[in-house]
Formats: sequence, structure tokens, C-alpha cells
Amino acid sequence: MKDLGFIVASWALTLGSVGLLALVTIRRARELSSRVPDERKPWV
Amino acid sequence: MNTAPSHVAVASIRGTGTGATRVLGAISLALLVWLVVSALFLTPADVVQGDSVRIMYVHVPAAWVAYLAFITTAVASGCSLVRRHRTLGFDRVAGASAEVGVLFMGMALVTGSLWGRLTWGTFWQWDPRLTTTLFLFITYVGYLAVRQVDVDPQQRARRSAVIALLAVLEIPLVHFSVVLWRSLHQEASVLNADGDVRLDDLMLFTLFSGVVAFTLVFAWLVIHRQRLTALADTERVIGLDSAIAVRRAEVAR
Repeated sequence: MKDLGFIVASWALTLGSVGLLALVTIRRARELSSRVPDERKPWV
Repeated sequence: MNTAPSHVAVASIRGTGTGATRVLGAISLALLVWLVVSALFLTPADVVQGDSVRIMYVHVPAAWVAYLAFITTAVASGCSLVRRHRTLGFDRVAGASAEVGVLFMGMALVTGSLWGRLTWGTFWQWDPRLTTTLFLFITYVGYLAVRQVDVDPQQRARRSAVIALLAVLEIPLVHFSVVLWRSLHQEASVLNADGDVRLDDLMLFTLFSGVVAFTLVFAWLVIHRQRLTALADTERVIGLDSAIAVRRAEVAR
């Protein structure tokens, strides 16, 4: 495949950054939710 | 003296997920896997651009989601201005959507730059589309900076809502920049003025899959991030309530 490095970099940067944001969000949510009572979580 | 908050024992549910968000996450993930397989291995190379066209399958959906995110921010900001004394929910959606939008706009800029190096021979040109897109990106970075200013939440919501309603006006300028001015950037291959789709069927289907997958990922991220902000706000209020209770107990003693 021609131009492989550029193509892989584009995909890796996009999926990697989205995945990283998702991971950070999940970890932070777990941390914070343990300090907030369930009755104050409207989605529960 | 035991100052541990009494609510800790009842915080049994971890995270911000629900059954619906887990299903949404699973569908998004499955679509992303399909997208990778189809875009990198199944679709043909472009007649003119060769394999570099495979960058299109992340570049276009990323740009689409950024537009969608900024429009969502504007709509939620409008709602928060109308209903500002009742809830901060709309403001949280606006903020979460802008965060995700900035990420996707950044990705559209980076992937566009890499694609540009292959097709135009340069990473960057001060071309109308590229310049207006960069300006849009910087505007929303500024919007997020304003949201970080430590003021009353209602005041913050009002200020940022006004900025969001002004900033969204840049989107038509970015989208039509390739028509309004002489641009290095190509015109739209799908949503063009004459309605003529200039793509192979599988390429079009894969591009559409990418748009759907990225839109679902956007929805998942916004739901979780606005709940995260709600948790942070609640924790702040609980902390303040606890501090006031401790102070009152000290005064009463």
C-alpha cells in the first residue's frame, strides 16, 4: 500500500485520541461517582 | 473527630453508564471495527489519489462530527439562555459537546494536513477552507477557556452561551469557503450543489458508515461527559455543605 505511514498515522491519531478521551472520561466518572450518593445521580 | 462524609456508604453505583449507553457504546465499537476493515482493506484505491484516499474515511466523519458538535453546543446554549433559572443541564450538554467537537475538529485538521501532504505536496496552505477551519478551532478552544473561568455557574452558563451562539455562525463560512473563494481544497463530493455523488458505491457506503460510527461515538462521549460535569458540580456542593455543617458544629460547641 502506497503512503502507508501517513494513512496509519491518520487512523492511529484519530482513533487513539478518541479512545483516550473515552478512557479518561470513564476513569474520572468512576472516581467521582464513588464520592456522590446515588440519589444525586439523575441517570440512575 | 470523624469528618468522613456520611454519603459515601450510599454511593454504590460506579461510573456514569446505564444500559442504554452500554448498548450505544457496543454499537459504536462494532461500527468502528467495520469501518477500519472496510476503509483500509475492502474499498478500492482512488483513480487519481491512490491509497491516500483512505484518510478520507476518518477526515470527513471527524469534520462532520465537529460541525454537529458545535451546532449542538449552540442549540443547548440557546435552551440554557431560555431556561437559565431552572437547570444547568443544557449548559453542561453545551460544554461537553464543545469539548468533543474541539477534539474532532483537531483530528480533522491533523488528518487533513497529512492528506494534504500526499495530494498537494504540503502540510499546510493559508487556503480559505484551511484558514477558516483553523479559526473555527481556535474560537472553540477560546470558548472552552471561558468555561474554565471560576465564576458563578449561572453567570458562566450565560457568558458561554452567548459566545457559542456567535461562534456557530462561522460554520456556514467554513463549509461554503470552497465555493465562495478559489480554494486548493476540493468541493464536496457528496453534499454538493448539483446533487451528483462522485464516489464508488462501496466507498460511499464506507464513508456513510464512518459518519454514523463517529456520530454514535460523539453521542456516547457527550452523554458521559455531561454526566461527569454534573457529578463534579454535585461533589462541589456536597463539599461546601459538609464544610458549612462542620463550621456550624464548631460554633454551636
